[in-house]
Amino acid sequence: MIAGKKTIHGIYDDEERLMEGAQLFQASHIKVKEVFSPFPVHGLDVVLGLPRTRIAICAFIYGVTGTSLAILMTWYMMVSDWPTDIGGKPSFWYYMNWPAFIPVTFELTVFCAAHGMAITFLLRSWLLPGVTPKNPDPRTTDDKFLMLLEVKAEDESKIVNMLRQTGATEVNVI
Amino acid sequence: MQHESPLRDPLILGDRTYHEITTDIAKPIEGKANKYWYLVFTISVAAFIWGFSCLAYTIGTGIGQWGANKTVGWAWDITNFVWWIGIGHAGTLISAVLLLFRQKWRMAINRSAEAMTIFAVMCAAVFVTMHTGRPWLDYWLFPHANQFGSLWVNFNSPLTWDVFAVSTYFTVSLVFWYLGLIPDFGAIRDRFKVQGKPMQEKIYKILSFGWSGRARDWSRFEEVSLVLAGLSTPLVFSVHSIVSMDFATSVVPGWHTTIFPPYFVAGAIFSGFAMVSTLLLIMRKVLSLEHYITIQHIEMMNIIITLTGSMVGVAYLSELFISWYSGVEYEGYAFMNRATGPYWWSYWGMMTCNVISPQLFWFKKIRTSLIATMVLSIVVNIGMWFERFVIIVTSLHRDYLPSSWTMYHPTWVEIGIFTGTIGMFFTFFLLFARTFPVIALSELKTILKSSGEQYKRERAEKSPSPVTETTSH
Repeated sequence: MIAGKKTIHGIYDDEERLMEGAQLFQASHIKVKEVFSPFPVHGLDVVLGLPRTRIAICAFIYGVTGTSLAILMTWYMMVSDWPTDIGGKPSFWYYMNWPAFIPVTFELTVFCAAHGMAITFLLRSWLLPGVTPKNPDPRTTDDKFLMLLEVKAEDESKIVNMLRQTGATEVNVI
Repeated sequence: MQHESPLRDPLILGDRTYHEITTDIAKPIEGKANKYWYLVFTISVAAFIWGFSCLAYTIGTGIGQWGANKTVGWAWDITNFVWWIGIGHAGTLISAVLLLFRQKWRMAINRSAEAMTIFAVMCAAVFVTMHTGRPWLDYWLFPHANQFGSLWVNFNSPLTWDVFAVSTYFTVSLVFWYLGLIPDFGAIRDRFKVQGKPMQEKIYKILSFGWSGRARDWSRFEEVSLVLAGLSTPLVFSVHSIVSMDFATSVVPGWHTTIFPPYFVAGAIFSGFAMVSTLLLIMRKVLSLEHYITIQHIEMMNIIITLTGSMVGVAYLSELFISWYSGVEYEGYAFMNRATGPYWWSYWGMMTCNVISPQLFWFKKIRTSLIATMVLSIVVNIGMWFERFVIIVTSLHRDYLPSSWTMYHPTWVEIGIFTGTIGMFFTFFLLFARTFPVIALSELKTILKSSGEQYKRERAEKSPSPVTETTSH
């Protein structure tokens, strides 16, 4: 911890109180460092000033990669490397039977998009087997909402009051 | 917070709080299993072992041990493959399609339905890997650099499409299921931490991937769930469409039909929901989850069964009509043979179980009755098994050349393998029910305030007329 700074845990019972608290801190220009909650609280990311996640854009890029790989693969295997005339359906050019390659192209698009996105999510949020959880209180995965603030020592009583005022049931200064 | 019309019945009964939701769903994991669990588990494991002995016997001696022959080349194996993979479809439909349609009632059932998907696809994989005859060469199904004169798999063939479709479906469903489990494993881990059980805490810590529920984790998590649902929705429709193309692109009368893809998809959802009903009716009772999996949930599933069952019925009848209307002699004979030939019993079994029985759900009394749902869900699964048997065996056993007409009878080895997959399915499901959070508890908590019984009652007291319901906070 940085000298002269205090970590404060404000624990709420109810996500609506938590939102009110977060909004009050936002209005007072006090940065809420982190919120741990047992379920997603909608609108909280906006109040905390978190940037919108770009993971869907990643998924799109992975999907396009999958499509390209599939087209390249079917073209190489069926047209370039070993063209065959199967059942009177020759494949000497890609356009000749590209409709038959659509299912595999689709499946590979989904495969790459889904797995790429899942892996990106796990790495970005650093969720891997053996990682130590960061929630400071085990009750935050059950029914408590914990707001974590790092403030200057002189602001401590003000922040504690603000937390109490917005309905925090428990405030711990560490 | 979302508001829900007071006209809708609550989805979470019994005045639950957030903490009670966690406690109720963690109970089967923390408690001890009763003797019925051990009894059913023993039977399942016995069937599982027996089935895999039959499988070992098949591998040791070859698929000549099966009843399939030169005329009926696909029989029990592909029937069971299609049956199992069809059952799997309900899980993805519930978690992906119903998520896109914002159906909140899915939250109580999606976890176990997805588990069912994974286990059903594993059972399907047993048949599809075995039916090649030499399962140790199954890697030939995938395109790989080789020394066979650079011979690649044939991308024009639906069988190759199927390899890609089923493997994508299995892995994507697994990832979707597991990502949803991560926060719930985190909740279980923290319960063990509070209770001071380091061993269990450690196991669930590994399973939870160190989930801590930060705001940014949740916002990513929700985005990932939504995009995965968007990807899984066309995926689930593509998988059974491609399975149907294994048949539809051939020139066998009774198979060569453009109606097959939608007909197979509807049938898959139909049988999958029936299996979900069977499993959940038992599970809600055994694990005391009646507050979460309510009669309303069962009614919703029965409505989907009626809808998809009717679609299947329409498909059967249009198939029948076209076989006559097309004037194609072979097509006409195939259908005549289905209804009146030596396998007439499977055709009429299919018609009764799939077309007539789900229509009983039009009566509210029947679709909200637990016993009726249980009986009919099993009837539907039997019917859907007959459907695949009718399509595969009855179409093949009398082909273009009457001199090669023959009959197909399953051998004890094949029946054993099928019994084994049922055993495997239930073994895995029973283990799942004891070690995994069977309901998506973190998801369920998000609808407690909008759909919980006590919150709905409080709101109704505040604004007695539904018209004055506000949408503000």
